[in-house]
Amino acid sequence: MSVQVAVAVAMFIGVVAYAVLGGADFGSGFWDLTAGDAHRGAAVRTLVDHSIGPVWEANHVWLIYVMVFWWTAFPRPFAAVMTTLYLPIVLALLGIVLRGAGFAFRKYAGSLRQAQLFGVVFAASSLIAPFFLGVVAGAVASGRVPAAGYGPPLASWAHPTPLLAGVLAVALCSFLAGVFLTADAARAGDQALSERLRTGSLAVAFGAGAVVLLALVPVSRDAPTLTDGLTGRAAPLVLLSTGAGLGTVWALLRRHHTLARGAAVVAVVAVVTGWGVAQYPWLLVDEVTIAAGAGAPRTLAALLVVVAVAAVLVLPPLLYLFALTQRQAARASH
Amino acid sequence: MALSLGWHIVLACFGVAFPAMIFVVHRRGLRRADPVALGLARRWSKVAAVLFAVGAVSGTVLSFEMGLLWPGLMGRFGDVLGLPFAFEGLSFFVEAIFLGIYLYGWDRLPPRLHLAALVPMAAAGVVGTFCVVSVNAWMNNPTGFRIVDGVVTDVDPWAAMFNDGVWLQFAHMWVAAFMVVGFLVSGVYAAGMLRGRRDAHHRLGFGVPFTFATVAALAQPLVGHLLGLRLAVTQPAKLAAFELALTTEERAPLRLGGVLVDGQVRWALTIPRLGSIIARNSLTAPVPGLDAVPPDQRPPVNLTHLAFQGMVGIGTLLALVAVVYWLARRLGRDLLSRRWFLAVAVAAGPLAVLALEAGWVATEVGRQPWTVWQVLRTQDAAGPGSWLWWSYAAAFMVYAGLSVGAFVVLRSMARRWRAGQEHLPSPYDPADPADPAEAAEAAESVGR
Repeated sequence: MSVQVAVAVAMFIGVVAYAVLGGADFGSGFWDLTAGDAHRGAAVRTLVDHSIGPVWEANHVWLIYVMVFWWTAFPRPFAAVMTTLYLPIVLALLGIVLRGAGFAFRKYAGSLRQAQLFGVVFAASSLIAPFFLGVVAGAVASGRVPAAGYGPPLASWAHPTPLLAGVLAVALCSFLAGVFLTADAARAGDQALSERLRTGSLAVAFGAGAVVLLALVPVSRDAPTLTDGLTGRAAPLVLLSTGAGLGTVWALLRRHHTLARGAAVVAVVAVVTGWGVAQYPWLLVDEVTIAAGAGAPRTLAALLVVVAVAAVLVLPPLLYLFALTQRQAARASH
Repeated sequence: MALSLGWHIVLACFGVAFPAMIFVVHRRGLRRADPVALGLARRWSKVAAVLFAVGAVSGTVLSFEMGLLWPGLMGRFGDVLGLPFAFEGLSFFVEAIFLGIYLYGWDRLPPRLHLAALVPMAAAGVVGTFCVVSVNAWMNNPTGFRIVDGVVTDVDPWAAMFNDGVWLQFAHMWVAAFMVVGFLVSGVYAAGMLRGRRDAHHRLGFGVPFTFATVAALAQPLVGHLLGLRLAVTQPAKLAAFELALTTEERAPLRLGGVLVDGQVRWALTIPRLGSIIARNSLTAPVPGLDAVPPDQRPPVNLTHLAFQGMVGIGTLLALVAVVYWLARRLGRDLLSRRWFLAVAVAAGPLAVLALEAGWVATEVGRQPWTVWQVLRTQDAAGPGSWLWWSYAAAFMVYAGLSVGAFVVLRSMARRWRAGQEHLPSPYDPADPADPAEAAEAAESVGR
């Protein structure tokens, strides 16, 4: 593996981690938004607070990780994407800002009215952010970003693949979050809440499946390079993702909540990895390859040092944080 | 970008300096079994939760703006200046993870382990400051690359990261963070004492941050002076603007205040020789003037000069406030019982922020018209201008909203704390105001 590809893989691991961990946090907004009025929704909203409260900031850092790796390792493609897709990027950014601030403000809001205001901001922006991040990914994957940048501001992403990628991102986030929250509620001993979320998660799972099926034809016409990859090299991952998705539905039906959580993670990891494998070796599909877009070799080598440091300094405490919050949730139920 | 940075820099200061202050208070609470100190640490950790969340998102805005607003800088130099950002990402990771552990750990983790979670947070703040400042220092002292026929080549990211200017600039910013947070937090408790709340809680809440701020305020003039000494060699145009020096002079005077109108210095208080002493550590060494700088490479002089002297003036004033307080204390007088001193202590917080912003304006505007000193002009670094104003207006509204939101929430937290609610349940359900988990937590801590 060349050093360019090694850094691209390290960066893409960040994309996958953000899709799963950050995605589940964003998806919580869907359940928060659809939880109903203040009385009916209080249980869901409290659960969302407890589930994502301790971890969302750490999960959010994966996005920063991807950004800094991107501009450091692949500066010219970074500038190309930024100057072309600035509209969806600014909208995603707006969603990210309002999501984080709305969430933090709501937790310490002084009155129900304040909490409702911050809550709507949090929940709505939780859906805006993944939609436009999906749009950006779809635009890159369908070859809409010219190597020199400054592509048309609207026509670069107002196409089937980017828009469907946005919808799919929202669906996957909501699906992940639904499965996670169902398991969290069951473990906290709230069966009624868990059942309610389980029904909703099944509905969202079928919705996400329908989006994928509907997307097949337009995407295959709109993004031939991506489609070739998905049906060729990445086909095993696509199949794995489909299988894991169906497995999640089965596990939800049988109320194996922990199993469902694992299967949902596999499904999302497989589909996102599948996208990466499908567009390899392109960084910007049909425009710039990983090798051509990479920056100075010594910088790439230095970034691999950063990855090594991260593996030692960041991963253990991150795993500890997850273990801590999960273990305590389990203890609370006894 | 300026708006976002100017806003984020204050929150970043909290990320850098606040964990250390919480650590001191929390440790005191554990060591002396002091419920006041423990209660203070618990409240501060909740304040930190809100401020860090807002800091995290405004930091994200910055990372996007690097590409959105400065494609000419990032596209050409991303692989030169990016490495410190990658390490900054790591330290942000560490800080976010341990913040999560610390916030979650109240009443759940063994006390010593819980306290220890603050140490990596504080350490990450130091590393993060170094990394971010490293990029700015690189823009002032570009190194670690060569330009051959307009193409950036021979990139050495480590040399760029550890450029000549980084250590002093880092020290300057790091100390500034402690001044800002120290004076802001102690100012909040001084305001409480002004309203007659003079309990142990308020005295401790004032004392710890004020002590940090004192050390920082006394160290800052020395660090700033050392940093300034470099300028005559590295960026004479900036120094000339700082000193409002039109011509290069030996035995240069110091011009306090004043503005440049039609090529003439007006309304300045001129002190002979002091300019050479301060800027060059010498009675005779020349201070470079604007005449040594080609006209198209001169920074906006008045703004740079006033911002620089504003920073120095406020910094000196704040150091004086700190010295007066501790001197009086040595002489057995408690200035906390004097209303005038409390009023000054309240004002010290916003003044420290003002000094921070002024210093930032001075160094950034003083580098103009360059984004990367003598390598890349700002107009070439920036993106196309057509939509910049729209994005500026939108960013302004978002930041105004965030500021109002943070203010409303923090004020309501303080109000409920004063009313005796310690745990601040989230008010989601009108029928059941207490969040069950928080209520359980409260019952648990009462049971201990």
